[in-house]
Amino acid sequence: MGELPITFFKFNINTQNRIYMKTTKSKIIAALLVISVGFTSCTGGGDKNNPEDRQLLGAGSTFVYPLYSKMFSEYGKLDSIQTNYQSIGSGGGIKQIMNKTVDFGASDAYLSDDQLSKAPATLVEFPTCVGAVVLSYNLPGNPTLKVTPDIIAGIYLRTITKWNDDKIRAENPDAQLPDEDITVVHRSDGSGTSFIWTDYLSKISSDWQSKVGKGTSVNWPDGELGGKGNEGVAGVIKQTPGAVGYIELAYAIENNMPFAQVKNSAGNYITPSLESASLCANGDIPADTRISITNSNVDQAYPIASFTWIILYKEQKYGDRSKDKVTNLLKELWWMVHDGQQYAKPLTYAPLPPKAVAADEAILKSVTFDGQPVLQNP
Amino acid sequence: MKNRWLVLENKIFVRWLSFVSILTMILLLIFFITLTVSSWPAIKANGIGFLWGKTWDPVANHFGMLPFLAGTIITSFLSLLISIPFSIAAALFLGEYFPKGAITDIFRNAIEILAAIPTVVYGFWGLYTIAPLVGKFELKMHMPAPGVGILTASIVLSIMLIPYSVSLMRQVISMTPTTLKEAAYALGSTRSEVITRIILPSNISGISAGFLLSLGRALGETMAVTILIGNSPELPRNIFSPAYTMASVIANEFTEAIGDVYLSSLIEIGLMLFIITTIINLLGRLVIKKISYSL
Repeated sequence: MGELPITFFKFNINTQNRIYMKTTKSKIIAALLVISVGFTSCTGGGDKNNPEDRQLLGAGSTFVYPLYSKMFSEYGKLDSIQTNYQSIGSGGGIKQIMNKTVDFGASDAYLSDDQLSKAPATLVEFPTCVGAVVLSYNLPGNPTLKVTPDIIAGIYLRTITKWNDDKIRAENPDAQLPDEDITVVHRSDGSGTSFIWTDYLSKISSDWQSKVGKGTSVNWPDGELGGKGNEGVAGVIKQTPGAVGYIELAYAIENNMPFAQVKNSAGNYITPSLESASLCANGDIPADTRISITNSNVDQAYPIASFTWIILYKEQKYGDRSKDKVTNLLKELWWMVHDGQQYAKPLTYAPLPPKAVAADEAILKSVTFDGQPVLQNP
Repeated sequence: MKNRWLVLENKIFVRWLSFVSILTMILLLIFFITLTVSSWPAIKANGIGFLWGKTWDPVANHFGMLPFLAGTIITSFLSLLISIPFSIAAALFLGEYFPKGAITDIFRNAIEILAAIPTVVYGFWGLYTIAPLVGKFELKMHMPAPGVGILTASIVLSIMLIPYSVSLMRQVISMTPTTLKEAAYALGSTRSEVITRIILPSNISGISAGFLLSLGRALGETMAVTILIGNSPELPRNIFSPAYTMASVIANEFTEAIGDVYLSSLIEIGLMLFIITTIINLLGRLVIKKISYSL
């Protein structure tokens, strides 16, 4: 029975088929498990092999979906745990964990005090990777621009409207800057990317903070264009000479889009990269990990980056959850912030720096089942 | 025996038909009620000012839908306007000039395939072909030239509308009574006179129904418009301005809408879109009736 998919796999060394074959194979395994459990439960033993305990459900952020889907697939190979992750958006993920319909939620923004107080029980959250956002543009010759926080805020507040503005020229004396209007593009769909961007702008500009604020969607100043998704923003930038917009670092790298070096709070011009984004998170992290790491004061850190979080209940005994299921869940989450991190870079996500991993460990160890810590010696 | 079975069969059939049609009505009603209930928190928080409010600020929880309403109405009617000459020409070609034949079949299928193309494909095709053309024109007119905006969205939308109106209009045009046409020819009319004096006036209600159908389509179109309209919630100054539609803001912000009033406001927009579509449909029907009586 198991032979067929394996021979089939040998003929098709193509990822799509591999994933397909993997699922068929695991479906067969799951079916066998169901049958065997059916038998064992007849004889009265074996709660341990309950297939329910091996199926975990998560929902939330679309931004990390490619990474999580890879991680869960790899972890499934190690521990035959099936994790079903639905990328319905951070808002949906928060709602689902609040309603206790998933084992964990995933969000690009940490929970506000208000949200935490509205939750039916104590929630904990921990970061799993770092995402960075870059400023991309369409200029003749596509020079590598240097920008300061002042310039970024000026462009997005529409106080800088021409490419040959003195402020931009002062930082980029060698670049050919045309006497053209700047077309400003933002993400129109509510997204973690917009949250990181507006969070950064709120920190560096008090004008922005008071006039616009931060959020997954905000009231953008008049005359700015909205593109749907990274591809929508990138599309407008590519089509429009003189356009500027923000996109995910991963998307910019994969599509060879030019992006600007940004002056961080230590005064260094930093080229956005997975390494420099990762460094952003290597500052001091509070015990509950609810921190916005944009505009980090780390010397060589790229300042426009943020964590993405997983959210779960601190006390895991609720509903009809078994201890086995909870143990499986926590082992998987533990793996994600340790061995699982190796899958971040190939998919252009910045892995967690050591300080963040330490904070995650403390949080995962604090999760209990019926008052008892679940992970004592993971 | 056989007779009784037929009677029973007929009874079951009629019951089934009435059940299904009533179910459709009930579904519509449930849909309306659910929307109203879910948007209640927003209706309470935003008040009546929601209808003409010009700011959409999720951070400050300040919501108004006027820019979205304006964008929806303008793109829908503009795209309808652009599509009218093309739809009528295609419908006349297929219904009157060449109702049969191999080339007609190909042509008809091609138009129907237009309806089968996923709207996201229209959106990205528009972004990479129509938007740069519009952008070049804007540059010549010395305007900001992003290419995306009301005009671009309306042009692409009008192409998407053509199959809807053509398929209905072609049928009514081909069903024009031959006696009417022959009588006109007998009186010495030319073909163009037959079309403008006989075919179009006598089918005005069918033709208008075709436009009404495509207007409903335009009001609700989401994906292609979202990609092309520029998603800028301000009142448009001209047809090149970026704008925003009601369906687009829901599609854009629904997934990440955190906060009760915010989410509920998006649902309220859905409710308003529902009501506006109904009103426009009813008005359309009224107009059609008036026109058909007066002719």
